[in-house]
Amino acid sequence: MEVRSREFRSASKTALLNDDLRAALGRAEGGFVNTRKNSVAKLKNFAAYRSYGEQVKDHTLKHLGYYLCRFERKVIEQGGRVHWAKNGEEANNIILDICARANAKKIIKGKSMVSEEAATNKSLEQQGYEVVETDLGEYIIQLAKESPSHIIAPAVHKSRQDVTELFHRHHAKLGYAGKVTRHEDIVNQAREILRDHFCRADVGITGANFLVADTGSAVIVTNEGNGDLTATLPTVHIVIASLEKVIPDMVSLGGFLRLLGRSATGQIMSVYTSVFSGPKRAIDVDGPEEFHVLLLDNGRSNLLNSRYQEILRCIRCGACLNHCPVYTSIGGHAYGWVYPGPMGSVLTPILAGRKNAMDLPNACTLNGRCETVCPVKIPLPELLRQHRSDLVDSGYTSWMSKLGLRIWFSLAKRPGLYRKITGMLISMLAVCARIKSSTGLPKGRFGRLPLAQPWTMTRDFPAPARTTFQNLWQVRQKSGAKNK
Amino acid sequence: MTNSGHHVGLFVTCLVDLLRPQTGFAAADLIENSGCRVSVPAQSCCGQPAYNSGDRSKARALAKNVIAQFEGLDYVVAPSGSCAAMIKAHYPQLLAHDPGWPQRAQTLADKTFELSQFLVDIMKVEPDTADLHEDEKDKHPFSHKKFTYHDACSGLRELGIRAQPRKMLAQYADIVVEEMSNSEICCGFGGIFCIKYPEISTRLADNKISGIEKTGADVLIGGDLGCLIHLAGRLKRCAKPVRVYHFAELLLNRKPAAGVAE
Repeated sequence: MEVRSREFRSASKTALLNDDLRAALGRAEGGFVNTRKNSVAKLKNFAAYRSYGEQVKDHTLKHLGYYLCRFERKVIEQGGRVHWAKNGEEANNIILDICARANAKKIIKGKSMVSEEAATNKSLEQQGYEVVETDLGEYIIQLAKESPSHIIAPAVHKSRQDVTELFHRHHAKLGYAGKVTRHEDIVNQAREILRDHFCRADVGITGANFLVADTGSAVIVTNEGNGDLTATLPTVHIVIASLEKVIPDMVSLGGFLRLLGRSATGQIMSVYTSVFSGPKRAIDVDGPEEFHVLLLDNGRSNLLNSRYQEILRCIRCGACLNHCPVYTSIGGHAYGWVYPGPMGSVLTPILAGRKNAMDLPNACTLNGRCETVCPVKIPLPELLRQHRSDLVDSGYTSWMSKLGLRIWFSLAKRPGLYRKITGMLISMLAVCARIKSSTGLPKGRFGRLPLAQPWTMTRDFPAPARTTFQNLWQVRQKSGAKNK
Repeated sequence: MTNSGHHVGLFVTCLVDLLRPQTGFAAADLIENSGCRVSVPAQSCCGQPAYNSGDRSKARALAKNVIAQFEGLDYVVAPSGSCAAMIKAHYPQLLAHDPGWPQRAQTLADKTFELSQFLVDIMKVEPDTADLHEDEKDKHPFSHKKFTYHDACSGLRELGIRAQPRKMLAQYADIVVEEMSNSEICCGFGGIFCIKYPEISTRLADNKISGIEKTGADVLIGGDLGCLIHLAGRLKRCAKPVRVYHFAELLLNRKPAAGVAE
């Protein structure tokens, strides 16, 4: 997917002005946050599961080569194939090759953020394939020609009215004359249309929430069942997943499922948890003839043993997005690439290029709420701070902020001089405040100040006291008025 | 009041120093009234703006200044969770690879506390053992007002400060906090964030203000001047009557000065 994170500033400002987006995000935020809180509270040792998740992921990442090879061996044993792709282009070429050999025309897809990274749909459509997204949210944004704005709720930015109009525009020609406005009618219309696609598709592509090394299985969780149909009805099933999705065994899967559902949607478990382990066997009635797993690196292996390795623990639950005050104010599109919010602000500079995404690590207040809800305890604020440090070290900072920081620092490192200079400046500012208030303007604050426009365009600035605390304290010490 | 003999260095924080001395004096008086001696070593800033901007070498230089100035004292106390957390949670890591400094950073971190944390958890002040007021007990000057409290993020999440200021406000000023639903959500100040991304910062302030207004509070209390000048500035710009105070100023039973930005 094209990286548009350079436009973060303008995109976020536009997003803030969008009242429909604000309403949609407000509903989603409230829902996700409260349901998570309630379901987490009901699992007595949730904290222990978080530590477990952290440790299992760290262990697996430490032995990533071993577990990936074990996974590959198991898949092959079960009659499947494993493909390794360095980047999105390699991944798409492998997929195109599989589709060509299967004489495919129609390809259906379950939800996959990794395929967004690789821009798989675009690559398939350019070769003339018909691609249909089958997750309802993904289907909606495919019709709208947009990208996901949330990693588990791709169409969270759309209102019900938006969907009504969108469906009417696209479905009228399929014989659906009236507009559907109720939730169940919207879902049923999508279900009917997708049913036909499911039955006539040649290839199904899904992502994977986990790859189980011990059994060579790809595991997906969904709430719509579309993943099962995508994986089992076409004759070819392709799983596209990134390297770090691998976990050791079914026992660890149990732990992660407990963390994932609760953190993502507040569900104890998703409606469907599906485990795919190879193609149809002789004893099976249904299932794909071919089972392919495509393992995409796309820069992740560079993170092993780096300061950013912890982000590879991420299980894509979206809790950090739902609890981020910035994400819930501007939505996902402003971040400009596949992954938004805190985890996206850590990943995007790494996977899509630091200089393409300089705003993302900075557009965070470091309030730390994301870290407290992360099911695998990724220190997101610390990783964002690390990015800021790396940006400074590689010279990617504006001259303005460099100059400002330098002037401030040359004073701050000399506390004696700092006290004198700030004392003078503050006294001057205090005089200005007194003069200003004598003209009848409000006391105690400034509506405008030189060089302070970024503050004062939306906020008043408090007028200081006569001088600084340090100066006043010295006076008080000398006068001994307060010597107890 | 008993004299504990502790010698406390007041790290007043740059914002209090420059913009609101009365918070600093209130903090100093509270610490003295709890039975300690207070000094104010020459100081500028804890280095957090540099640290959070990614300029670690500047942050290190300022951290070393603070350590050198304060390490001779028994305790370091700051009327800010954010600056206290910088010293307590980040100095040891920041100076981990500077020969000679890791131990000094850790020692200072161990004896640094945010004001309410120091008074409640370390000095264990209680109305019957420590009279924080200097004058005879009087009715709180803000009686019949409604109060709400904003939990600043660093103090809340890095130091676990939540109960301490509320406890003291209840015990010493008869202030019962009317909780807002979003008391633990960031107000959008975020240090340099608030001027780098003013539009987002302002939206976060507006969200916070709508939570404040839902409680019907007349007064917003907090423990970090950064959040408070940001919120007071926005409240004033929107002509909202809510007054804003640092909790330290309300504990002394003296008539508080004008609120922030009044």
